[in-house]
Amino acid sequence: MSQNVLTADSNDAPAPQAVVQRGSFDLTIRRLRKDKASLASAIFIVLLLLFAVAAPLFDQMTGHDVNQQFRETGLGPAGIPTGPNSEFLLGADQLGRDVLVRLAHGAQVSLLVGVAASLSAALIGVVVGLVAGYFGGKTDTLLSRVMDLVMSVPFLLCAIALVSVFGPSLPLSISVIIFFSWTAMGRVIRGQVLSLRQRDYVEAARSMGASHLSIMFKEIVPNLTVPIIIYATLMIPSAIVFEATLSFLGMGIVPPAASWGGMLSEAASNSIYLTAWWLVVFPGSILLLTTLAFNILGDGIRDALDPRARRKA
Amino acid sequence: MLPFLIKRLAFGLLVLFSLSIFVFVLFFVAPGDPARIIAGDKATPEILNQIRANLGLDQPIYVQYLKFIGQLLQGDLGFSYRSQQAVGELILDRLPATVSLVAGGVVLWLAIGIPLGVMSARHPGTVRDRVGVAFALAGISFPTFVLGMLSLYLLYFLPTKAGILLFPPSGYSPLTEQGPVLWAWHLVLPWITLALVTAATYTRLTRGQLLEVLGEDYIRTARAKGLKERTVIYRHGMRSAMTPLITQLGTDIGLLLGGVIVIEQVFGLAGIGNLAVSAVQNQDRPVVIGIVLIGGAFIVLANILVDIVYVLLDARVRVSK
Repeated sequence: MSQNVLTADSNDAPAPQAVVQRGSFDLTIRRLRKDKASLASAIFIVLLLLFAVAAPLFDQMTGHDVNQQFRETGLGPAGIPTGPNSEFLLGADQLGRDVLVRLAHGAQVSLLVGVAASLSAALIGVVVGLVAGYFGGKTDTLLSRVMDLVMSVPFLLCAIALVSVFGPSLPLSISVIIFFSWTAMGRVIRGQVLSLRQRDYVEAARSMGASHLSIMFKEIVPNLTVPIIIYATLMIPSAIVFEATLSFLGMGIVPPAASWGGMLSEAASNSIYLTAWWLVVFPGSILLLTTLAFNILGDGIRDALDPRARRKA
Repeated sequence: MLPFLIKRLAFGLLVLFSLSIFVFVLFFVAPGDPARIIAGDKATPEILNQIRANLGLDQPIYVQYLKFIGQLLQGDLGFSYRSQQAVGELILDRLPATVSLVAGGVVLWLAIGIPLGVMSARHPGTVRDRVGVAFALAGISFPTFVLGMLSLYLLYFLPTKAGILLFPPSGYSPLTEQGPVLWAWHLVLPWITLALVTAATYTRLTRGQLLEVLGEDYIRTARAKGLKERTVIYRHGMRSAMTPLITQLGTDIGLLLGGVIVIEQVFGLAGIGNLAVSAVQNQDRPVVIGIVLIGGAFIVLANILVDIVYVLLDARVRVSK
């Protein structure tokens, strides 16, 4: 390895260069940049973000409003939707609406739910795990039991029961996802804190009279950055799939608002997708690519932040 | 061991108790009047009052709850608002489809997931490892309903259009009435879908656990004394992977028996998940409450079984508890 570096350097410059000192952030970014799959995923996610943000632009460019129905141009004589053509780049759906425009608006929903729900759930999980692990004893028993309780609930059943009572809506979808996903983070953080609180530097801070709050947030949390970033990234795809599943079951985003799960659900009803493949291929692949990209990126970040994990898991 | 099991049982009961309060309070605060759901929009106030009195809906919530629990302890889950059938019977009717789906799924996903994980771990860093890792990644990322629709399209619709009926469209064919061949034929696609999305977790778990132990001394000893590689992996290596795999298996089975909601919906199988979705759409509260509680009971039971298996498998747990 060092041999290679030397020969490479000797091609560019006659004298060997001084050793460059790199911080851990710099090293992480460098490792991540070498990982082509992660890089591709990151680029895909950025493009997806742009796609979502540019949704109103698609409305203007195509002249198709997201819920506007084009019964003459979007539907064939027998009511069969028009496939991809120059007017409808990705085809029209069973009501003659533009699939491309709806995909862009659906991207807003998926990303909003995915990111908002994951961040909030991660925050709750970190706080609960931190308190449980740091204080231990009865507090830990109580909080751990609460986490066990939430984890032993049939979550999709409860989610649809909640929706049946309050009616489907975006805020309800987000709350349901948060409620059933914070425990995974909570458990991981609790486990980490249990070992961190035994460390000498925590003892040192305590002997200097630091308060519990100060020890938790100044000494322990900074050492939890790695698991927090990894698990929060990996929570995003699950949240996106959860939302799509709710919408697919007709219990998420209320139609006619566009969402990927809802589009797939409309395609599945009356089995219309069997003749109009574009109704399932486009929303299906964008949903799959999105979850894949976040999962690959999450794994990539884990490997880059913690090179030991790459060899093990 | 007995005190340990009693503790687990008590926690299970606490879960079910909390769950019952959750659904009960949920439906008590819910907007919408059950009497009107039953009687329809044209009912007179007298009829509505009559229905409320019959169902005990005019009583305070704790009275309603205690009555519900009292009946529940006698195995009575109440009656559907829609069909007037007993909720217990409705769920029992749907159980065979869900159990069939889960049973076949379990066999398939273990048969796919574990060998792939073993293959991955035995050749770390090679193409075979990448195949395992890629499979796990795809399985974890694939939304169930997308995979289900895709398999229906590729394996049912396209062949049928070409004149070959590879698989039936959808629906459940009961084992007892139509015989095992039709039963299995109707379930192949749902089984594959369920297995592919679930196997990924098992591949990851197996691979991770095996990678950790394959470098241990006792594995080297097993190899040194001339055991076959297969025996080393499955007898000695997998021993440590058993615990997390069994936990995962218990959780998955428990969760799925409460209704394989998405797959039943995609393939039109008349299982518990399908019943849950229609009950929610019809605002049929007793049915929703019944399914949530039964689903919770399955999870609790599965967790207790997992704990028992732990104790049987692991001497350390046996001694410490």
